[in-house]
Amino acid sequence: MQHEHIAQIHQVSKKFDENLALDQVSLDIRSGEVLGILGPNGAGKTTLINLMLGRMALTTGEVSIFGLKPGSIELKRQCGAMLQLSGLPDMSTVKEHIELFMSYYANPFAYQKIIDLAGLAGIEDQYSKTLSGGQKQRLLFALAICGNPKLLFLDEPSVGMDIETRKSLWHTINELKANGTSVILTTHYLEEADQLSDRIIMLNQGKIIHQGTPDEIKANINTKKIRFISSTPLAELMSIGDKLKITSSGKYYEIQSKDSSKILRKLFQVSDDIQDLTVTGAALEDAFIQLNQANPMKTNAAGEEL
Amino acid sequence: MNTKTLSEKPNLLKIYILEAKTEFMRLIRTPGFSIPTLLFPIMFYTFFGIVFSMSPAMPTYLMVTYGVFGVIGPALFSFGVGIAVERGQGWFNLKEVSPMPASAYIFARVALTFIFSFVIICLLYFMAAVFADVQLYRSQWLLIALILIIGSLPFCAIGMYLGLSLKSSAAPATVNLIYLPLGFLSGLWLPITLFPEMMQSLANLLPPYHLAQVALKVIDMDVGDSIYLHLGVLAAYSIVFILLAMKAYYKKDKS
Repeated sequence: MQHEHIAQIHQVSKKFDENLALDQVSLDIRSGEVLGILGPNGAGKTTLINLMLGRMALTTGEVSIFGLKPGSIELKRQCGAMLQLSGLPDMSTVKEHIELFMSYYANPFAYQKIIDLAGLAGIEDQYSKTLSGGQKQRLLFALAICGNPKLLFLDEPSVGMDIETRKSLWHTINELKANGTSVILTTHYLEEADQLSDRIIMLNQGKIIHQGTPDEIKANINTKKIRFISSTPLAELMSIGDKLKITSSGKYYEIQSKDSSKILRKLFQVSDDIQDLTVTGAALEDAFIQLNQANPMKTNAAGEEL
Repeated sequence: MNTKTLSEKPNLLKIYILEAKTEFMRLIRTPGFSIPTLLFPIMFYTFFGIVFSMSPAMPTYLMVTYGVFGVIGPALFSFGVGIAVERGQGWFNLKEVSPMPASAYIFARVALTFIFSFVIICLLYFMAAVFADVQLYRSQWLLIALILIIGSLPFCAIGMYLGLSLKSSAAPATVNLIYLPLGFLSGLWLPITLFPEMMQSLANLLPPYHLAQVALKVIDMDVGDSIYLHLGVLAAYSIVFILLAMKAYYKKDKS
């Protein structure tokens, strides 16, 4: 059961005017898995979700979910979705919103269960106008899950959530997964994808540049960034290693390396006036640049993320 | 491969009722919208139809035309502005990807328009009967009310198209710019027979004029054209704007 495929995305491309937002993306989604789609802004994450939700027309390729066409009501009845940027009508209460969305589904969760899963107890009678940003996100999450969906789309669900809310969101997603729901999640938080996903797809400039389990992905991007001030000229620093990635920005030098302790040892041999030294994990953006360089593919202008 | 779909369907009637109820509750909690929509036609009627009435027939005639003015307001605003605002805030998109049947959304707004129309007609009738001594047969009161309420439907279609194509920030102003001149040029504020001939022929192109003529036929105050002409124009407007609205709705790649 674990590896049953519920959705096929076959060689899908999407063009906006001249921009190729998605370029020949193929992907299978398995039953009961959490699939993280990770990528910087403009990578095509939201475009991919919108194609699966039937909100956009494909330029080429095929998408089939539960054997149905995206956008059909039969498919929508088996899915739940949380989109970016959903405002709520001000003058309805939390309870009214949820009860209305529950009515759209044949077998929704019990009302109380939805309240518990989304953490909305105590604010059920409040108008959406009076909710905080985090509470609104939780309500939108409740609307996405209320129908007991077989497939749940979450487009950047934790944007605007505080850490506590985010942790409880993660907890709920795991609970739903245990219940057999498949989840497609876009995020640009590496940590979120890592915590939740069984499988991660990394998108950049409309292409899948990498996919695998979180551990496999992390093994590829465990690069550290070493940053410091030194009066030693760049040419001398270059002698630390022959394939060293070193750049200078302002008065700082930056070195990226997978073996930071070795580099540091050599660095102190070459230069004796190192100041303001920091060693940080490479940001996701850096990882993308690396992975992109590691993939000798032609680059296209990234499409605007919609 | 799992291609089995759930055969069970949600209860459509329940969705319709809940959708309409939610929409209704939302509106009565927003008096800033509902009160002006209800009071404008009454206020205008009181000025032009009662206070500044120029002939004994005027209060009766204008009661009907302000009735038309009254019912097209909620239709244009509930659909035109309502949908545009929900699109602007992203709420409409969420409903679109949810399994809400599109028909439920339309049903809710039509039901709301009918309720508003009914209240406006009652208020107008009250003013007309009490302060202007308008006297009609019971069947005439009822038939006019029915024509006006059903007659709001073409304007729901026009509003739906506007709501699906206008930007949310531009919608209120644009709908007002359509609503007010449309009402005046169709002879809803002042009897069409007072207009210069050229403006009378222009009114023939406008749907509120035709709705007013249908309603005025009940009390023999229409200009005497065939009812089929009036119904034909109203039907044509409805069909064209439903098609335009569908085109706007099914347009993919909405942002």
